[in-house]
Amino acid sequence: MAITNQEEREEERDEEMVALGLESVVSEARDTFEKGKTKGFEWRRDQLRALLRLLEEKEDEMFQVLNQDLGKHRVEAFRDEVGVLIKSVDHAVQGLKKWMTPESVVVPLVAFPSSAAIVSEPLGLVLVFSSWNFPIGLSLEPMIGAIAAGNAIVLKPSDLAPATSQFLHDNIPKYLDKEAIKVVQGGAQVAEKLLNLKWDKIFFTGSPKVGRIVMTAAAQHLTPVTLELGGKCPAIFDSFKGSRDKNVAVQRVFGGKWGPCAGQACIGIDYLLVEETYAQTLIESLKGVLKKFYTKPEYMARIINAQHFERINNFFQEKSVSSSIVHGGSVDPDKLFIEPTILLNPPLDSEIMTEEIFGPLLPIITVKKIEESIEFIKARPKPLVIYAFTHNETLKQRLTKETSSGSLIFNDAIVQYALDTIPFGGVGQSGFGGYHGKFSYYNFSHKKPVLRRSFLTEFSIRYPEWNEKKLQLLRHMYRFEYFGFVMCFLGLKTIGKWKITTG
Amino acid sequence: MEGKVNEEVFNTEKAEAMVKGLRERFREGKTKPYEWRVSQLKGIVKMIKEKEEEIMAALRADLAKPETESYLHEIFMSTSAAQFALKQLKSWMKPDKVPVEITTLPSTAKIVSEPLGVILVISAWNYPFLLSIDPVIGAIAAGNCVVLKPSEVSPATSALFAKILPEYVDNSCIKVVEGAIAETTALLEQQWDKIFYTGNGKVARIVMSAAAKHLTPVSLELGGKCPVVVDSDVNLKVAVKRIVVGKWGCNNGQACIAPDYIITTKSFAPKLVDALKTTLERFYGKDPHESADISRIVNLNHFKRLTDLLDDEMVSDKIVYGGKRDEKRLKIAPTLLLDVPRDSQIMKDEIFGPLLPIITVEKLEESYEIITSMTKPLAAYLFTKNKKLEEEFIRNISAGGMLINDIALHLANPHLPFGGVGESGIGAYHGKFSFDAFSHKKAVLSRWFLGEARARYPPYTENKQRMLRRVMNGSFVALILAVLGFPWN
Repeated sequence: MAITNQEEREEERDEEMVALGLESVVSEARDTFEKGKTKGFEWRRDQLRALLRLLEEKEDEMFQVLNQDLGKHRVEAFRDEVGVLIKSVDHAVQGLKKWMTPESVVVPLVAFPSSAAIVSEPLGLVLVFSSWNFPIGLSLEPMIGAIAAGNAIVLKPSDLAPATSQFLHDNIPKYLDKEAIKVVQGGAQVAEKLLNLKWDKIFFTGSPKVGRIVMTAAAQHLTPVTLELGGKCPAIFDSFKGSRDKNVAVQRVFGGKWGPCAGQACIGIDYLLVEETYAQTLIESLKGVLKKFYTKPEYMARIINAQHFERINNFFQEKSVSSSIVHGGSVDPDKLFIEPTILLNPPLDSEIMTEEIFGPLLPIITVKKIEESIEFIKARPKPLVIYAFTHNETLKQRLTKETSSGSLIFNDAIVQYALDTIPFGGVGQSGFGGYHGKFSYYNFSHKKPVLRRSFLTEFSIRYPEWNEKKLQLLRHMYRFEYFGFVMCFLGLKTIGKWKITTG
Repeated sequence: MEGKVNEEVFNTEKAEAMVKGLRERFREGKTKPYEWRVSQLKGIVKMIKEKEEEIMAALRADLAKPETESYLHEIFMSTSAAQFALKQLKSWMKPDKVPVEITTLPSTAKIVSEPLGVILVISAWNYPFLLSIDPVIGAIAAGNCVVLKPSEVSPATSALFAKILPEYVDNSCIKVVEGAIAETTALLEQQWDKIFYTGNGKVARIVMSAAAKHLTPVSLELGGKCPVVVDSDVNLKVAVKRIVVGKWGCNNGQACIAPDYIITTKSFAPKLVDALKTTLERFYGKDPHESADISRIVNLNHFKRLTDLLDDEMVSDKIVYGGKRDEKRLKIAPTLLLDVPRDSQIMKDEIFGPLLPIITVEKLEESYEIITSMTKPLAAYLFTKNKKLEEEFIRNISAGGMLINDIALHLANPHLPFGGVGESGIGAYHGKFSFDAFSHKKAVLSRWFLGEARARYPPYTENKQRMLRRVMNGSFVALILAVLGFPWN
């Protein structure tokens, strides 16, 4: 269908309207911040409490939209999103006063009397882009930090999870301060328009490709960014002697792969590394666990949309990949369903081994000795997480020292997401900036050093005219050599072979 | 620079090869051990000590910087930074054990600092020695490989680095690349693990855009118009001395944290101006062009930029002191201007020179609106004895750093983060903040096999959901039951 001039003009006008609408929403949030509304302790605490009420009162609706958008079972939705958020809000409410208290800092005696402190202040107006796979979790978790830090916020949820986006758009203004916290719906076009405006911080969760676009736009305004990206998170599976620990480990692998959103998770296990002699044991165990846990299709989320379905399905197109399937492999395009699938040694240069899978396919790569996993991982971009299931302390130490990743988790998967005392974030291609707990607070704050001096003491040696004696006194003073300082001051000592060179 | 053999231009291929080589050194683990980092830092301390004369000479050639300033602001600060790092390094490198919460029990957790990899440091011309070596010290302390690109606007110091740094540090992991736009562009095209840039907002945007292509994190140490608000209720003599030395005693105002402009009340302004004049004359004499205690303007470009600001007809009649200039010697005398219009160029651009405009207001509270109407500066200063004014200032003004009753000192305290916010920059450094700026904080969580919570796994039942809920709410009883395997279904 050809677009007529009339339609083109209408489209342009619509776009202008959207842009204007966005601009006024954003500038209202900025005005609210400038007026100082969001800075007080009470406002922040009240907003957090209101968020908690939202999470408690709207639970059923949240389960409903998550099921609608992603086919998530309510227990998964609670375990991975709602429950975690409740915990995070509680933690923030508890920590808020302490976080807001200025930090006293050591001041060297030579600057006496003076005092120094680091005062945390909000950055201002922050933009949060969230992702579709944990659409409530990844929207609200950064918001908790931004609110605690006293900022005004504009949230743009992912349009790929439309029911959730609508839910957030409708309910956030009902519970939170709608003059300071805005929800803007839309896709790439809206995102682009938002990125043209000026922000004090941009928090982005998503793919590296879009991360680049976001950071490039941020560069025009020198806006600091946090990028929570992904990568291929490997899990090293060591050979276990008995079956008890192996069984626990395999369950946790299940929980790390197919539990969260059918593998569509940035911290999901992407692929396994195992010794070739142990591979069959592992595969049989995995099959067993799948049979035990995955008894109904509703226990696993579905693929988000047709585009991603195609993307994942395409991994099978290479014959060398499809022939490496040892379990599963069936797909249902109508239901956007892909069966939990295990593959053994697909070619390392195939797409399934070079691209982030973000789906329920689990390649197992064998190595001769488990230690070779280290070189394997080092040769590839730094992932968001490295997992290792092992008792071997030497291997653990080597992994800690020799590999680099956002985080490193031993003997479990995904649970690190729920721990507030460790920073959550990537490094290298998996992103930068960390959050959760107090790290969220700092992420959205500027730490401002404040130094107070009195007029009481004055060292004339700070000032011109300069001469050698003043310099010597300064040398003493700065080395905190108080005795030497006094001696020199009294004229009883000189130091240094400092020559005045003529220029 | 004379007498040097003509070398090929440092182009993209050379930059790529250099980064590749450094990345291999890094992968081999050369820069990670404590011993290596210590030996490099000690090498730097040795270099500064043994080459002090050459360093001073380079600073004199580049900026006519007075000896005492060169010693205090560059030599001393650099040595201090290296020695502080040497002293603290062991404790900085130790992992941080952190408590775990009910959601991950039983487990242990810690935060491990690891080097990012290969760092690019682009430095500035006004403190060409310090602003080069200080970030390099941080990068080394954190265990990285580093490439330093000193500013070409301070060529003597740049050449000095290229000559002496390789003699004192591990040349295979720490490199110096000299050059201007072409060389910097070649460097910026490469993939770095972090870029640390000190300079102005315009180039910072170019740096950050280049970094965005590789998803490289950046630290940007920029500038801004640092305001000084002066209350009438102060010890005027002391306040003015501190302002003068903070402005003209810091590279003749060519410093990112130097006072850019003053705000004071209409009634107090005459006293303030008089005191400033008296102090300026006392420090720099009747003819400041003859004083050895003040730097010159760095080059003709900046000289013209500054004289243009003075010759602007909006302000040329507002000069109340100074104004004398000497193009041949690149000197501009300390100059005071009173009541310049707010929309004059001198009130729009960062001055970065020996000109000090004074804005007057009826009440000091009006200064907040003036300051917040401009972009957030690197530093904001307030001279007052009024506690309430102090608190309001801290609360209402956002700046990289803030000082009450003094100028610039905060950068000498290694326990305070030094950096900007908004247009004045991203990130901070000095002391441990330098170590952190060049590190990745890796969370390491170690779970036990003991205690498998079936409630985590399908088949999902109401019982399981209830159990999870109770655990999330912090119930230890629920946790114990969950770990023991309840509910069975």
